[in-house]
Parts: sequence; structure tokens; C-alpha cells
Amino acid sequence: MSEPAAVANTTTNASLKAGSNLERLLAAGEFVVTGEIGPPKGCDAEVVRHKAELLKGYVDAANITDNQTAIVRMSSIATGLIVQQAGIEPIIQMTCRDRNRLAMQSDILGAAALGMKNVLCLSGDHQSFGNHPGAKNVHDLDSMQLIRMFQEMRDKGVFQCGEEISGGGPRLFIGAAANPFGDPIPIRPLRLKKKAIAGADFIQTQLIYDMDTFRAFMKRAVELGVPETTRILAGVGPLKSAGAARYMRDKVPGMKVPDAIVARMDNAVKDIPADDKKARAAAWRAEGIKLCIEQIRELREIPGVAGVHIMAIEWEEAVKPIAEGAGLLPRPKVS
Amino acid sequence: MIVAEQKSLDEIRSLLRGKRKVLAVGCGTCVAVCFAGGKREVGVLASALRMAGQLDGSPVEVDELTVQRQCEAEYIEALKDKLADYDAVLSLGCGVGVQTIAEHYDGATVLPALNTKFMGGPTEQGVWLERCQGCGACLLDYTGGICPISRCPKQLQNGPCGGTDAGGRCEVDATMPCAWHLIWEKMDKLHRQDELLEVRPPKDWSTSRDGGVRRIVRDDLRKPKLESGA
Ligand code: SF4
Ligand code: SF4
Repeated sequence: MSEPAAVANTTTNASLKAGSNLERLLAAGEFVVTGEIGPPKGCDAEVVRHKAELLKGYVDAANITDNQTAIVRMSSIATGLIVQQAGIEPIIQMTCRDRNRLAMQSDILGAAALGMKNVLCLSGDHQSFGNHPGAKNVHDLDSMQLIRMFQEMRDKGVFQCGEEISGGGPRLFIGAAANPFGDPIPIRPLRLKKKAIAGADFIQTQLIYDMDTFRAFMKRAVELGVPETTRILAGVGPLKSAGAARYMRDKVPGMKVPDAIVARMDNAVKDIPADDKKARAAAWRAEGIKLCIEQIRELREIPGVAGVHIMAIEWEEAVKPIAEGAGLLPRPKVS
Repeated sequence: MIVAEQKSLDEIRSLLRGKRKVLAVGCGTCVAVCFAGGKREVGVLASALRMAGQLDGSPVEVDELTVQRQCEAEYIEALKDKLADYDAVLSLGCGVGVQTIAEHYDGATVLPALNTKFMGGPTEQGVWLERCQGCGACLLDYTGGICPISRCPKQLQNGPCGGTDAGGRCEVDATMPCAWHLIWEKMDKLHRQDELLEVRPPKDWSTSRDGGVRRIVRDDLRKPKLESGA
């Protein structure tokens, strides 16, 4: 059902903020697909190249996580460069947990100098969740202030202190995260609006399993005019097992997984004996991918949704069948 | 008030290792109100130390003294003539009290019996909550009187983060309310939620500990300096 790889060119480079592939596709009105690459807990570039290989051709850009869940990993900018050299456009994630405003600005200048154009601004998971719970956190800025700082670097060519950036500011396509499911639910669209006001060009949402809540969120977002300034990519991710669904439902803060989804994952293995672990795992994974495809098809129909962000961390192989099944391949090209 | 908690008896005893005669000094202000270092706690700790010393054959003599306030020189005058008799002062004051004694009696070994925790207040019997980190530029006007600097583990000024769960609990500690959940609710009640849509600019942390050691100089309160030659 996907359009042939049409070459759309409705926007000139000059009207673009950063000119990244992601930005150009969105500007051309394409339904975009982003993925995610988690850097390794080591310095082996091969691991990164392998993950990039699994996504290449199936996503328009890939997030490179930044010490995700407060666990030390290869730096997101270094990983981003490897990914970029492997032919995928990186979206550099940057958390406020590990760096102050000096480090964030110098890092983004470095990333821009290396040709990276997309950045995602996050508060960051608390260090107590990670492998250095005794670490001191920074939080000099919060994610909202980080968005605004990058926007002013780009649009005004100034550092946060107001001093001029020599040679002009970095061209950045600025992203942020949104969680439609955190409490209190009614303020979530307002907070999304606030990120748009702060200067976010695009948003990637938390994993969506609860469609009704997400629909209500998007309805409100559209009323607030968010999509007029800021493209919203809906977050999806294939479930690996019923246990994973249950864990997310019960244990992950700010996540909502309806019981029906857990039941569906349970059902997927109901005719397979409990000791046939291999068959159960395969059935679960197949069901997880199927469910994810259905979700993307549903999400695509929701007004204001400009694309999907597929999070298949440590299961990058799933991205291709998901994108394919949802009719999102081949990915369009823009010049 | 300043809220503190007593160190474990084991830790205090290890601080006192080799000391035979100790003066335990309490403070009658903040730490008395939070039941960590007032007259009563000094008495209980002193007996525990004596008893434990007796039991394991390392007897220690512990005298007790509680001053009204350990953090000001004039209130610790009472220690002046006594200190020569003791191997150590065990202070049950907050960190400020310990330092004030140490500074004024520089020949004395002053040991802390408490861990000073935070500025806060009681929320129910037996529970104290941090309320202020002395950031030096109070923003409670913007947040409806709820402090996100001390009560949000990420010190967000434009919160909440994505992790608040059902019931508005903090992602970092599910027994704590999310400060930003409380702020949005409070501002809603005050019909001021719109104000929260304004992006609060980066905080100037130079008024906080990041600016270096802080002090306040009030010229209007200082003793006039004598003119030279006067
Ligand atoms: S904003 Fe600063 S001064 Fe005000 S209560 Fe919080 S930490 Fe204390
Ligand atoms: S849940 Fe609330 S209080 Fe906890 S870190 Fe997030 S914003 Fe701060």
C-alpha cells in the first residue's frame, strides 16, 4: 500500500531549519519512521555497525540513546558518528542528567561539526535506576530549557549566556519526548504544548499501547495547535512476551498497558506446552510484531500523527518486518 | 528547621574509640524539635554509650550538657571552662553546631553524633520532609508554594518529567508525591495553570552552592567600624 519511492521536493533547503533527512521528509508531508539504536556497554564499533545494518533502509533516522536508564554506555555522539558513517541519519539524544549547560553546548557544537543535525532533548532517567546509583546528577537545565537553548543557538546564533557563536549557530532539528500516559493525564497535552512553545520541531512519544488515551491526547494536542509547529511521531514497540507486557503494565513508571494486550500475548501461546520455551518465544515474538503493525495502522489514521518511532531495543531485527507489514517500505527519498 | 538523624550507636562508638571521658552536648533548637539531639536524646545516648562500654570492658565516662543553640558563639560559652577535662566533645547539634564548637575551641576534638539531613518540617508524627535547599533565589511564587528544587529529584523548573505514575507518585520514589503533580494541581485550584505554560528560563545557580561558599553581609546590622584615630 505504500507509495512508490517518490522524490518529493516541496521545500527549498533555505526554508529548512537543519536540512536533515528527517526534517525534509516531514516537510514533504511523508509519514516518517524513526528507530532507535542503543550504544554498547563497551567500545566495540562493530556492535554499532551491526545494529545500523539491521535498520538501514527501514527507518529515516535513528535515535542514539544517551546513557539510557542511567547505565553507562558508549557516548551518543560517538555512536552517532559510527551510525552516520554506516548510512543512517542519527538523532542524538541528550539528557540533562549528566551534563551542565557548558558541556551540552560544546557537545552539540561538536556533533554539528561532525554533520549531525537532529537532537532529542530529555531530562533523563534518574541515576538511582542505573548502575551508578551513588552518582551526583546535574540537572543544571531541564529538558524545556535545553530545547530553548538549542533553539536560540540555532536561530539567534548565541550561546545561552547571550554571547555570539563564532561563525553562526549549529543548524539543528530539535526534538523532545512526550508521555501521554503520565499522571495527571489532563496536563500532558499542555506539557506537549509547552515543549512546542519552547521550540521543539518534533516530538517522539512514549510507547503507546493504550490507544484510547492516546487518541484523547492527540485530540487535545490538535486543539492546542501543536501539529502546526511541531511534528508528532507516535512511539511503538513490539512486545517480546506476555511477561514483558505484564512488567510494563505493572512496573514501569508512566506506562499504560491495557489488560487486553496482556491477555492477547497470553493467548498467543495458549496451545503451546509450557516446556517448549523455543516455540513459545517464537509465538510471542510473532504476536508482538503483528500487534505492533496493527497499532501503526491505527496510529496512522489519527489526526496530527506525522510518523512513528519504533523502539525495538535489543531486537533491531523486528524493525524490518514491522515497517514492511505496516506498508511503510520502501522509505521515500527526498532531495 | 534543620532536620537531623542520629548516627548508629556502633558508628558513634567507633568515633569515640580510645576516648575515656566525653562531653555529650545537645542543642535545644532544631534538632531537639526533630528528636535527634535535644536534652532527652543526649540523656538516652549517654546512657547507651556508658552501658555498651561497660559491657565490652571499655568503660567511658559521658557527661551531659545541652545548650539552647549550638550554632552561635554566645550560647556555647558554657563549654569554656569544662573542655580541659574531656578527651572529646560529642556534639548532638547539626553540622553548624559541630563546626561552631570546633571553631571556638580549637584545642578540642569535636565529633558529630548526628547526620544533618535537610531543611524541612514534619508532615505527620514521626515523619519529616525536605522542603528547601536554600537555592538562594526562591521561585515559590511561580510554583504555587511548592518547591521543585528540593522536592523534585531532577530539580525540574518546567516539570513534570515523563515518569509520574498513576496517582501522581514520583518515578524515583513511589512513596513520594511528584512535586510537579502537586504544583499543577495547586495552580489549577488557584486558576493559574496558564502561567505554567510559560517556559521558565535557566536558573541562575550562582546564588546556590554552585556560586561558592555563601554568606550574607548586612551593613545595617554590623557594628560601625571605628574611624581610625577615633
Ligand atoms: S525555591 Fe529555593 S529558596 Fe525557595 S524553597 Fe525551594 S530551594 Fe528553598
Ligand atoms: S516524577 Fe515528578 S518529582 Fe519525580 S522526578 Fe519526575 S517531575 Fe520530579
